[in-house]
Amino acid sequence: MSKKIVSFPMLGNYSVPIKYFLSHILDCKILEPLKITSKTIELGNCNSPEFVCTPFKFTLGTYIEDLKRGANVLFQAGGGCRYGYYFELQDKILKDLGYDFKYINLVTKGDQDLKKIYQDLKELNPHLKVDKVLYYGIITKTMIKYMDKCDDYIRQNIGFEVVKGSFEKINKKMLEEFSKVKNIFKLRKIYKKYYKEMKKVKTNKPKETLRVGIIGELYTIMEPFANYYLERELASYNIEIKRYTNVHYLLFEKKRTVKKYLKYAKEYIKYRMGADAADNIGRCKYLCTHNYDGIIHIKSAFCTPEIGAMPIINKICKEYDVPVIFFSFDANTSETGIKTRIEAFYDMIEMRKKNERMLSRN
Amino acid sequence: MNECYLGIDIGSISTKGVIIDNDNNIIASLYSWTEGNPIEAVKKLIKNLKKQLPNNYQIKGIGTTGSARKLIGLMLDANIVKNEITAHSVGTLNFYPDVRTILEIGGQDSKIIIINNGIITDYSMNTLCAAGTGAFLSSQAKRLGIDIEEFGEMAYKSNNPVKIAARCTVFAESDLVHKAQIGYKIDDIVSGLCKSIVLNYLNNVGKGKKIIGPIVFQGGVSKNIGVVKYFKEILNQEIIVDPNSHLMGAIGIAILARKNKIGKVYDLNIKDIKFEINGEECERCSNCCEILKIYKNDELVDAWGSKCGREFK
Repeated sequence: MSKKIVSFPMLGNYSVPIKYFLSHILDCKILEPLKITSKTIELGNCNSPEFVCTPFKFTLGTYIEDLKRGANVLFQAGGGCRYGYYFELQDKILKDLGYDFKYINLVTKGDQDLKKIYQDLKELNPHLKVDKVLYYGIITKTMIKYMDKCDDYIRQNIGFEVVKGSFEKINKKMLEEFSKVKNIFKLRKIYKKYYKEMKKVKTNKPKETLRVGIIGELYTIMEPFANYYLERELASYNIEIKRYTNVHYLLFEKKRTVKKYLKYAKEYIKYRMGADAADNIGRCKYLCTHNYDGIIHIKSAFCTPEIGAMPIINKICKEYDVPVIFFSFDANTSETGIKTRIEAFYDMIEMRKKNERMLSRN
Repeated sequence: MNECYLGIDIGSISTKGVIIDNDNNIIASLYSWTEGNPIEAVKKLIKNLKKQLPNNYQIKGIGTTGSARKLIGLMLDANIVKNEITAHSVGTLNFYPDVRTILEIGGQDSKIIIINNGIITDYSMNTLCAAGTGAFLSSQAKRLGIDIEEFGEMAYKSNNPVKIAARCTVFAESDLVHKAQIGYKIDDIVSGLCKSIVLNYLNNVGKGKKIIGPIVFQGGVSKNIGVVKYFKEILNQEIIVDPNSHLMGAIGIAILARKNKIGKVYDLNIKDIKFEINGEECERCSNCCEILKIYKNDELVDAWGSKCGREFK
């Protein structure tokens, strides 16, 4: 194999920290994946089995685009549900298509095996040292944490910004500086600077707003193209959004938190159901008991763990009388249908809120 | 001069229009076919409504709903454009304030709305399949050579509905063909079809919903007495079908137009307005968005469909 060119799947803005990490520990070229477009999905769709879950099609499409652009080392990190089989199946499909490449899975048997990851990386860069990996690993972890914190703040306020697009602009600038950061102190400084700037953005947020929690399958939640920019749509209705799933949660918090969730919602769930199903049931109970006005559950079509969680979520919401709406996205979803349902959902929760206020006044 | 408000519900199959006064009384109404051309259908509809409207009324608000709501809303400069679910609920609540469940079966979609104390608490709409909607009924009626208006009566008369596998329209049709070929009476087949619509609706749209009376059934299919009969039989409850059940969405949006009026007077002279839509594929990135450009009298008034928010003006 000639010069190594490394690439990875696309996931929201997380390509920035991933690229940062890889480019510092490997001495080969890192090819940043293109943004997901209709063409990516088409490519993934026509080479995937019909009834596989949608993230498979999206990531496969990205890989094909990357390989066409010259990549020859690909990273995947899958485990927890059917996602665990992506690696083998995608490897086979891509090799059948005639591409020659090295495919590395960062997850073994559903767990992060740090020793194996190190060995895999060492194969790519024989001069690799442990301390270097740790050093940049910590910076990357912190970067993800900061990104997620900013995202949380943006999500709560973006619907109310006075000048449209101001949050996105700041976030973009921050990510750009993040990608060039030298050390952890500098990173912290940049984060503080931009976080302050975000807090300064003028918003016209009323005291009482409609608050909606988004739960569901992780990929569809995190990649805006996969959920048809649902958050943007909700923000246009001046809704405050609460979302739990982000990369920091998945990589560093999930293990501990799942046990908490299982205990917290023990009247509804006893065992883990794979992927994020148990987490979502716990979150659903939390949202229901903390005065949220509605819950939106999204998943990619054919996501088995979430299909198992849906009836339980429905039951919890019925018991607490909180409106819930379920969306299932895939490449063939009609955008108009989604918009109609979101609009109706907004009308519904607004009507309920008005009614509640009237009742409490009397 | 009396004030009145126009509500238009442009569905996939039919276009409905009503004009109401300040007390929500219907002054003029029309039910017509969309025939795949919402702009022409609305032009015709308005021409007809204008004839019905007495001289001493002026239109102070316009609302649009249904699948072509955005386009027609732009064309008429409507003061409110709302989804069908809200419009139907508002319309029904006006006539039946204590309604708990609204069943609605239209041309392409069907929905269920659960209401508690006059507010929507839950709703759902069909997602994947059109088995169990008006379009399926009308296509089958055409295939059997029966007028859609007679369809319900035929179904109502029969006491021996044929069992039809109605999970999917295509398989339902092959099952229908099969039942006809082995010699079932046409009345029984039609009746079985109506029953299958009800079962399909309750299994898909109504799944997991608690259906409590009073129940109001509306949408075009509510005019089919065969379907109403089986809803009564299967739910074992009284089903209310309003004489204006087919207009309920339009009435609802007219009421919303009244509530949201902005003080503008509409003259409804759209006969001579040239309204054109041009679809094109954007080639700036590999998203290849389908862009709809809307021209009013050869002037670009709006463009929809870009994922990136590209400006066109």
